[in-house]
Amino acid sequence: MTPAPAPRVALFVTCLVDLIRPRVGFAALRALEAAGCTVVVPAGQTCCGQPALNSGARAEAIAIAKRTIALLEGHDAVVVPSGSCAATIRVHYPELFEHDPAWRGRAEAVATNTYEIMAYLDEVRGWRPDTALDATATYHDSCSGLRELGIKAQPRRLLRGVAGLSLTPLDGAETCCGFGGTFCVKYPAISNAIAGEKAAAIDASGAELLLAGDLGCLMNMAGKLHREGSPVRAYHAIEVIAGMGDGPAIGEDA
Amino acid sequence: MSAAFSRRVDAALADPILKLAIDRTAGTAEAKRALAVDGFAHFEQARTRAAAIKDHVVAHLGHYLEHFEASATAAGAQVHYARTADEACAIVIGICKAAGARTVARSKSMLGEEIGLPHALAEAGIGRIETDLAEHIIQLADERPSHIVWPAMHKTREQVSALFKQHHTAPHTEETIPAMAESARRHLRQGMLGADVGISGANFLIADSGAVCTVTNEGNAELSLVPPRVHIVTAGIEKLVPSMGHAAQLLRLLARSATGATLTQYTTFYTGPKRAADPDGPEAMHIVLIDNGRVKMRDEGLAEMLRCIRCGACMNHCVVFRQIGGHAYGGTYPGPMGAVLTPALDGLAASRDLPNACTLNGKCQEVCPVKIPLPTLLRGWREKSWREGLEPATMRQGIGAWAWVAQRPRLYRAAVRAAIFAMRRFGRGWIRALPLARGWTAHRDLPAPDAESFMSRYARGER
Repeated sequence: MTPAPAPRVALFVTCLVDLIRPRVGFAALRALEAAGCTVVVPAGQTCCGQPALNSGARAEAIAIAKRTIALLEGHDAVVVPSGSCAATIRVHYPELFEHDPAWRGRAEAVATNTYEIMAYLDEVRGWRPDTALDATATYHDSCSGLRELGIKAQPRRLLRGVAGLSLTPLDGAETCCGFGGTFCVKYPAISNAIAGEKAAAIDASGAELLLAGDLGCLMNMAGKLHREGSPVRAYHAIEVIAGMGDGPAIGEDA
Repeated sequence: MSAAFSRRVDAALADPILKLAIDRTAGTAEAKRALAVDGFAHFEQARTRAAAIKDHVVAHLGHYLEHFEASATAAGAQVHYARTADEACAIVIGICKAAGARTVARSKSMLGEEIGLPHALAEAGIGRIETDLAEHIIQLADERPSHIVWPAMHKTREQVSALFKQHHTAPHTEETIPAMAESARRHLRQGMLGADVGISGANFLIADSGAVCTVTNEGNAELSLVPPRVHIVTAGIEKLVPSMGHAAQLLRLLARSATGATLTQYTTFYTGPKRAADPDGPEAMHIVLIDNGRVKMRDEGLAEMLRCIRCGACMNHCVVFRQIGGHAYGGTYPGPMGAVLTPALDGLAASRDLPNACTLNGKCQEVCPVKIPLPTLLRGWREKSWREGLEPATMRQGIGAWAWVAQRPRLYRAAVRAAIFAMRRFGRGWIRALPLARGWTAHRDLPAPDAESFMSRYARGER
């Protein structure tokens, strides 16, 4: 019997990872390769268009979606280290082409092939990490991944494979952190009030590390925790899963 | 953000008593709903069925309106139709005047608030007694409801006690909730029994029997609708259901979603006025069926919103509502459902903040007993606002320029390099203050970008 050929996976790193925290992209690469994938990083990638989509700028969102679809089609899978960006491609791209049959088909083909990274590693690849980190961590379920993609058990299953890591529950883990993309700068006072409650819950968990699957939410929570003087350090969960949880946390100078 | 919305939000966020009051009530409701849902086998199927019932009625409104009118008329009620809020108020005032009414007893109805009935009654010189305990508190305080199930949820018991002492003729002397309830009971009973007309809303209109269903926990509807000579119902046309069986399916979801109770204390079906053999009841029953934009909503992409059974679960679970409370929304209906309804009722130009002041976290849709896709409907309003040029120029230009660059990878890489360079001038590690991002750094620190972007490092061969 010959082993199944390695799937050719396109990694869409997302604009925030590209700009703010490249480590998340390298962690994704490392985990995907460990899970037996051949990873390609399409060179023309920018942003999935979520800020336009959520601002009501439909024409702009459609234009960005078209070029992103063209860039991502033809791979065995598209993998994204963000629940909300993966949901934009998987759930919202097809909606954008409701009245455009030609693009609708292409959008759906890419959509059904697009996965949030932890869901892909866990459910599609059935992979478990072989890494270690001696720490206690708590996990926040980012809303888009949780409610649009059903991501809840997958990251926890993968994190249980990290030797030495102990997961401690977070009160209100499924409650929004107040990021909301452009919401956090359009309505900063409301966003801050929500983030304040989230930061207090994270602190109360007693964990050393905060983990989640979306960099936007992580920046919001980590930024609030740091402003409040909390010692909790934050990582994208894939960094810990890929064995990069001993490096600088979010906001720590590399 | 409009100045008015900003002012209301700031006032709400600065009020620790408001936050305490919201968390007490909504927090309890959230916990009790979770228990009720856990104990409800096939909750998911019940939601799907409930949504299908409402969708069916909304798609066949004409048929069910005619069916209901025939049934209600056969039961002895008179049915009126109102296209607008003003028409509805005029019909109600006309009936009150024809009945020689000096005072009306009103059983809590959000539709009454929507059409401005309290104001219309006052203008017509007709006295109004709000018989729901929370509405009574609101009437004493001369305020508007801040929640569709608990109109006075923004008030603490301490504030209510002060109001009762100021307004009741024989107020409570002991600072206990039973003593306060007794004070309200003494005050309200006289009014209820002396009213000429009772006015209620409707939770359901049953097409095949002509019955009108109300749910309360205090029995105030029954006491304020049966003794007066005339009972007037004001109801939105989306309250129709085909039969009692359909109403029962929705009732199972309504109380559980609202308060976590299996059923409300009182669930009453009013079918026509007093019949010859009845020991009591009103001499006349009028049912005013009100459109007020509902058909337009159905035809213009908001049909799913007409499923709403007004349980309040969406707002109880909304992170924004939990911070700013109901009054900050500025419309009749607050929370996620209000953020969808208010632009339809009051115009988008005056309320464009509401669909925008939402993180699109989807919790509201998750808890909605009739599966209204609230985030999708809110996005729909954002698109309309963008199309109609209502979004602020800075946002339009910012998103426009960013979207243009995002379609040009080489330019985009250059922009990323420039952004990294600029941001790192304000800090390495954490940035404590960043011009153009003050909305962020006023409240939070911002992680500074690494020295080089992912795409740039990857292109250089780093793995």
